[in-house]
Amino acid sequence: MTYTEYMSLNAFQRFWYKFTQFIKAIPSNLKNFFCAIGRGIKNFFCGIGRGCKDFVLGFIKGDIITKLSYLIMGLGNITRGQIIKGVAFFAIEVLYILFMVFFGGTYLGLFFKLEAVKDINYFEFMGKQMEQVVVKYYSNQILLYGILAMMVTAAFIAIYIASTKSARKNEEIIKAGKKPMTFMEESKELLDSKFHTTMLSLPVILICVFVLLPLIFMIFMAFTNYSDVNYDSFQWIGLDNFKEIFSASQGGGASMGYTFAKITGWTIIWAIFATFSNYILGMVVALMINKKGIKLKKLWRTLFVMTIAVPQFVTLLVMAQMLSNSSESPLNLIASMFTGEPSSIDVWSKANNAILARITVIVVNIWVGIPYTILMTSGILMNIPEDLYESAKIDGAGPVKSFTKITLPYMLFVTTPYLITTFIGNINNFNVIYLLSEGGPKVSDYKYSAGKTDLLITLLFKLSVNQNKYGLGAAIGILVFIVCATLSLVTFNMTKSAKNEEEFS
Amino acid sequence: MIKSYKLRRGIANALIYIALAVMGLIWIFPLVWLVAHSFRVDPNGGVPAILSTTLFPKVSELGFDNYIGLFRDTMFMKWFSNTLIVATCSCIISTLSVLMVAYSFSRLRFKARKPFINVGMIMGMFPGFMTTIALYYILKMMGLTQTLLGLTLCYSGGAGLGYLVAKGFFDTIPRALDEAATIDGANRNQIFWKIILPMSKPIVVYTVLTSFISPWCDFILVKIIMGTEVEKYTISRGLWMWTDKEYKSNYYRYFLSGSVVVAIPITALFLYMQKYYVEGVTAGGVKG
Repeated sequence: MTYTEYMSLNAFQRFWYKFTQFIKAIPSNLKNFFCAIGRGIKNFFCGIGRGCKDFVLGFIKGDIITKLSYLIMGLGNITRGQIIKGVAFFAIEVLYILFMVFFGGTYLGLFFKLEAVKDINYFEFMGKQMEQVVVKYYSNQILLYGILAMMVTAAFIAIYIASTKSARKNEEIIKAGKKPMTFMEESKELLDSKFHTTMLSLPVILICVFVLLPLIFMIFMAFTNYSDVNYDSFQWIGLDNFKEIFSASQGGGASMGYTFAKITGWTIIWAIFATFSNYILGMVVALMINKKGIKLKKLWRTLFVMTIAVPQFVTLLVMAQMLSNSSESPLNLIASMFTGEPSSIDVWSKANNAILARITVIVVNIWVGIPYTILMTSGILMNIPEDLYESAKIDGAGPVKSFTKITLPYMLFVTTPYLITTFIGNINNFNVIYLLSEGGPKVSDYKYSAGKTDLLITLLFKLSVNQNKYGLGAAIGILVFIVCATLSLVTFNMTKSAKNEEEFS
Repeated sequence: MIKSYKLRRGIANALIYIALAVMGLIWIFPLVWLVAHSFRVDPNGGVPAILSTTLFPKVSELGFDNYIGLFRDTMFMKWFSNTLIVATCSCIISTLSVLMVAYSFSRLRFKARKPFINVGMIMGMFPGFMTTIALYYILKMMGLTQTLLGLTLCYSGGAGLGYLVAKGFFDTIPRALDEAATIDGANRNQIFWKIILPMSKPIVVYTVLTSFISPWCDFILVKIIMGTEVEKYTISRGLWMWTDKEYKSNYYRYFLSGSVVVAIPITALFLYMQKYYVEGVTAGGVKG
């Protein structure tokens, strides 16, 4: 369709055209996305293949010292003048072997069965032969230490390859008649051409221990039947947790599949409403504050921003109290002021009136979220050229029309990344739901005491902290991750900001 | 024509003033309610009921008992100092790691850069709660459960993954500056400390601000790591505990006064640093 054809359409046809274009673009976007993943995997394995080739060729071509340093790390450094580096390599090798022999190896061996190892102690008690079961290795210990051993091994392999490379390089340098770098020279390099190693090593170690390790632990946990019933000894159960999540009802009772489907539906509705209500209303308020001729701008802005500054859990707990079902809560006091008689509106626990609870959480979320949007968008709104509005006014556009035709398109164009992060933040919006309603009102056809306002993230929390179904909770966490990750990767790749990364530099 | 235009504008502005005033009232009402009720005491010297029968407490019910009791009879001060220690330490570690990672990804070119960026993005997308249970076991393995050090490490350990905003900011600092410094003989270490950091005050303040405030607001991680060790609670966990069923009737008044005491410094800090906060969010969050 050419531009003139497009311009001759009316608003509905234009919307329909854009909508169909969007739908049509989805397959190719998805295709590009998966192709990118495929290329990434291909490059990864090609890289490994090249690395192996170098590794083997280096061994074949190298002289005896290089060959030996494939076995004894650091030999090629010590004999060629890099004593400190060589000793460090050798020490790492020794430490790794000690670690595996006395600690990691045991857990790695038990990792594949995962069942706890129990000892039976026999002892005499009042002339009788007694036995006592002592758990030697708990399953969660085996899982955690097993993963730790794997991560240490991976790190060791990386260092090992680096040491063989260094040995080969030293050999070549000697052959060329030069001297290998001294320790001081290499340390200096760490501040310049290898500065990334210095900068990244501390954060990467912290992330490995406090993010990566727990993450892998939880991902593995999704494939076990870990719960409070078998906290000392559990096994691999494959995909059973995921099967339970998607299972239909068995024998009329509440089923996990039904609960999961319903809660997912509500999570999506919540995320859409929470994101866009805040976005649009916040922008309207920001426009109102920034309008020409409105005085006390700073006062208005501070009034709203105050609510961000007060810690969220305080305001939310106060809100929960203010909306409670007691006839003395502010909600009911205000309601009785209007009706003239004592009122007892119960927002949270009426199972047949879940819609009220749902609207309430969205409204409270508007209260929480609008100030953020005001803060975010004020500056950008000021950047919209004033003459656009003026010419629209001359053409007879009212305030609503100029908002939908000028402000909204402009803002959507500039703040797409912000919208995506807010959307994902709302899918994972734990505080608002948990502190306000604790997921209530609870209903009997939801399993695990989930309620009508529960999001996936609060369900995850309830499963793993209150119900102690760790395996199931972890499985839901993985599903939430898959949804969020595909959503943000696909949209981030579609927006230009990811591609033009180097534009400024 | 001019007169009617003026009139129309006047009416529009009046409507906006009314709308803003009404909304402002709604927005400020819970905070006013919180402050007003934190001064509400029982005139007979007993424990006041959780809720007052009127929207705001009567003048005869006002007093400072809740604040005096908060500092005298409860562990509030202990929790406050705990939180201050944890927040300060984690703020230092987090800020350093965020800036270091962001600088490496923005300015240094090395082989593993792209994979690192992608892996970091993907790791950041896992819901944070998934790992709390695992974090508990890891701290247990290190013997750090129920310690402030463990809590600090949990808050600051993953901070490096929040590099996106700071990287977005560093990307906008012209490369030519680096090149000029290199020609003058500076190495990359010096460039970082002497050129990039002094130019990134907004982003440094933003990172410090967010990482300092987050321990004051988190209550889930503390709940899991500290368990029943009330002495080691941070302020948010302690205040949250006072709204539990078994404490509520006696301690809700302290929850209110404690919330006000916590909110004052954070609000002041935030309002003071607001400009930097906005610059920080817009630096990473918004790009055409």
